[in-house]
Amino acid sequence: MSAAGVAQEHGHADEHAQGAHGHHEQSFIQKYVFSTDHKMIGKQFLFTTLLMLMLGGALALGVRWQLAFPWTSMPIFGPLFANAGGQISPEFYTMLFTMHATVMIFLVIIPVLAGAFGNFLIPLMIGADDMAFPVLNMLSYWFMIPAIFCFGMSFYFGGAASGWTSYAVLADLRAAAPGSGSAQTMWLMGVTFVGVSSMMGSVNYMTTIINMRAPGMTLFRMPLTIWAMLITAILQAFALPVLTAAGFMQLFDRLAFGGWLEGIHTVFFIPAGLVVNNTDPTVGGGQPLLWQHLFWFYSHPAVYIMLLPAMGMTSDMLACMCRKPIFGYKPMVYSMSAIAGLGFIVWGHHMFTSGMNPALGMTFMVSTVMIALPSAVKVFNWIGTIWGGRLQFNTVTLHCVGFVSMFIVGGLSGIFMAAVPVDIYIHDTYIIVAHFHYVVFGTTMFGVFGAIQFWFPKMFGRKMNETVGKWHFLLTYIGFNGAFFPMHMLGIAGFPRRYADPYVHPYLEHLLPLNQFITISAMIMGFAQFLLLGNFLISIFRGEKTGRNPWNANGLEWAAPSPPGHGNFDVPPVCFRGPYEYSNPNRADQDFWMQTDPTRPPKNPPEDPAHGHS
Amino acid sequence: MSSAKVAKPGKPGGENLVFQRGGFTVRKFWCAFFVFWPIVAIIYSLISSLVPSLGWWFPGPSVTELGQRIDNLFYLILYIVTAVFIGTQIAMGYVLWRASHSKDERAWFSHGSHSLEVIWSVVPSVILLFLALYQMDVWALFRVQAYFPKEARDAPIAEVTARQFEWRIRYPAPGKKLQLKPQPDDLYDVNDLHAPINRAVMIQLRSEDVQHSFFLPHLRVKQDAIPGQIIPIWFKAEKQGIFELTCAELCGWGHYKMRAQLTAEREVEFEAYLKKLQADQNYDGHATPSAVAKKDE
Ligand code: HEM
Ligand SMILES: [Cu+2]
Ligand SMILES: [Cu+2]
Repeated sequence: MSAAGVAQEHGHADEHAQGAHGHHEQSFIQKYVFSTDHKMIGKQFLFTTLLMLMLGGALALGVRWQLAFPWTSMPIFGPLFANAGGQISPEFYTMLFTMHATVMIFLVIIPVLAGAFGNFLIPLMIGADDMAFPVLNMLSYWFMIPAIFCFGMSFYFGGAASGWTSYAVLADLRAAAPGSGSAQTMWLMGVTFVGVSSMMGSVNYMTTIINMRAPGMTLFRMPLTIWAMLITAILQAFALPVLTAAGFMQLFDRLAFGGWLEGIHTVFFIPAGLVVNNTDPTVGGGQPLLWQHLFWFYSHPAVYIMLLPAMGMTSDMLACMCRKPIFGYKPMVYSMSAIAGLGFIVWGHHMFTSGMNPALGMTFMVSTVMIALPSAVKVFNWIGTIWGGRLQFNTVTLHCVGFVSMFIVGGLSGIFMAAVPVDIYIHDTYIIVAHFHYVVFGTTMFGVFGAIQFWFPKMFGRKMNETVGKWHFLLTYIGFNGAFFPMHMLGIAGFPRRYADPYVHPYLEHLLPLNQFITISAMIMGFAQFLLLGNFLISIFRGEKTGRNPWNANGLEWAAPSPPGHGNFDVPPVCFRGPYEYSNPNRADQDFWMQTDPTRPPKNPPEDPAHGHS
Repeated sequence: MSSAKVAKPGKPGGENLVFQRGGFTVRKFWCAFFVFWPIVAIIYSLISSLVPSLGWWFPGPSVTELGQRIDNLFYLILYIVTAVFIGTQIAMGYVLWRASHSKDERAWFSHGSHSLEVIWSVVPSVILLFLALYQMDVWALFRVQAYFPKEARDAPIAEVTARQFEWRIRYPAPGKKLQLKPQPDDLYDVNDLHAPINRAVMIQLRSEDVQHSFFLPHLRVKQDAIPGQIIPIWFKAEKQGIFELTCAELCGWGHYKMRAQLTAEREVEFEAYLKKLQADQNYDGHATPSAVAKKDE
């Protein structure tokens, strides 16, 4: 029986599936609000993070406005946010970049990868009917709500303003800055809630991936997306407790009781004898560097938590769009594992100038340059995947190519920073800002935009508009590079991060026009996101209807109806081969070979991708 | 017959998304687009580095020799990285062009190549390890106290204390050594650090409240000031002049305005400066400052 036949059969089953599963006696609340269905939870995460993306973007434009047109009233938002005259005050500016990073990292990137795509894709791609712990899964979404609430309260108290890194002692002592009072407390609680949510997710993902794979879905038949999600979940599970503990330590340091309990608090990060803003000298004995170690012990692995799933998804999309097996499947798996492993021993590269023991600087330099190696291997393999493919430029392809191209820039700039002596000069300048935007936005977000287009038909049974999608890509890509490439030059010129008004320093005065160019590019990029949002929302209702497998892709998820009903698969899936059998010559009639397709090649046994090379 | 025609599952919505390959112009446009931007990036970087008057590059050559060595390391990495960037972007453009214009019915069925994987793992790792090991001595010189020049280690010239939002500077009285604890005859100044040129000098860096970072962009010196810790830094300015001293670690709302300067001057000028500080400090409001200075001598 040919795959077309299978698909035909599924076609009939489609209505069945909808009928049988779609109309369980589920109330609106059960179905759309407190849903335990991984697909609904994934969509909830996706909607929430897209919304937060717009909020984070608005905050970023506030930052950019101040850097391009310092102390002038910002249009639209100025009168809304800022104090007298619509001016952005230095306090407000500090808050803006802190909350921008907070929203983007904790409410957009981390939840959109693990929360939205992890949830939606894991059970579908491994052929499970749901997550291992559906209720826990639901809770992982609902713990995002108190997190958002806490960050909202932080805004209400004036906004946390000690950077997303929340360095002690600035963040530890209430008197140290306007944002270090209750706003900082709420910020810490918010981060803790995000952590609880992520932890619930990762326990679930690990269990689900290890225990609930369909028959035949061996580890080395798993799509790279699943590998990435598994590795991310493991990273998360080992790294997060450290951040949570550190967060509580900072909270205890910050206790501010009145009455007879006055003065009761811990001093983990507070040394003795500090006088901030004319308060009494601190009693202490703590170590501010301890915070940095604990924070980066989590946050370096976290930057990979913000990237690995996008790497996995891009690999899957790219193979499908090139109609070609992924180049070096196993090296891809090993390099992701290497990134995750090395990711635990490089945190000190954020602290080269911090004053830690200089011998550590040397060891962290070696481990850090070595982490560029698996990253390079991945880039070569992506290029290898395109090599000899049958490519077509749809929106998904464009985003994948953008992803690889941007990752090259971000990875290469990392090498400058990994070199300790060079980092002495460029640390905390705009070249760092350029570096991490190339990896976190340029790479991860392009991966995510591509993934939204790619899996949209599976989520909603419709496809997104191609033309709008391409315009969105084009404007975002141009705006992005216009905004972030020149930041490398700012960094080399010694332009520090987090300055409300850099131009008070004579050696930076001449950089104003370049900053204006950057801001205009950033605005183009920001407004392009309305195209995405509009395309996304309208396509849910108006998009062209699609079938089960609109991309002729191989994964298990494409064997389920679009959108899949409750329980996902109408026919329990069995996996017969690896996920990348595109253009297999043993398959004469079609250039893809679904993992669920039981057809055997005429003579030769089907080739196992795990042994196809190496 | 192309494989595309065969595999139509015949679903509602019919048209399969994969095979909208786009017209020839469309494909050409996107290939050009992905090649175009790296070219712009390279040209832009070239202009930035070759036309210093634009101010898009280092704020002048380093004033210290160690800084020049840091710059050299930067350039070494820059050359390697640029070669890799150009190489990968050309490879990318090439495979994109080939893949989008291939007339073959099918893609090349290949799961990869073992020897390529070995090559592109081993070559970069050798380069990367070399880069790391090659940097060690500059780092040691900058930061490991045992490697500091002896003249710097023996006599720190000042203690710099960062606080919100200024730099307080404490010098020992002329002829004395800097003590850990402030002495009654110590000399103080704010936001203006003086140092002699052509001599390696050491500074003791402290913070009185939150974290700060002592950043001298023209000297390529940066060191965080951590509350509760005293961190030695050294430099040897080789040019006279006034150089900006800024803060490079977020320390609160006024972080941006911790503007100060380093005055690098000849040894005699530096001594005169200390004398003047001493005279000003001893001025009791009655005698003329110069008279006090005379009395001291
Ligand atoms: C090729 C591999 C990479 C290397 C060698 C590398 C190296 C570094 C180094 C040394 C720093 C610290 C620079 C400084 O503050 O002075 C840094 C900062 C950073 N990197 Fe990377 N990086 C790499 C890849 C990535 C990836 C893949 C991501 C995220 C997806 C990432 C995200 C970040 C972020 C967010 C920061 C800045 C954190 C902050 O200070 O706010 N990096 N990187
Ligand atoms: Cu890192
Ligand atoms: Cu500062």
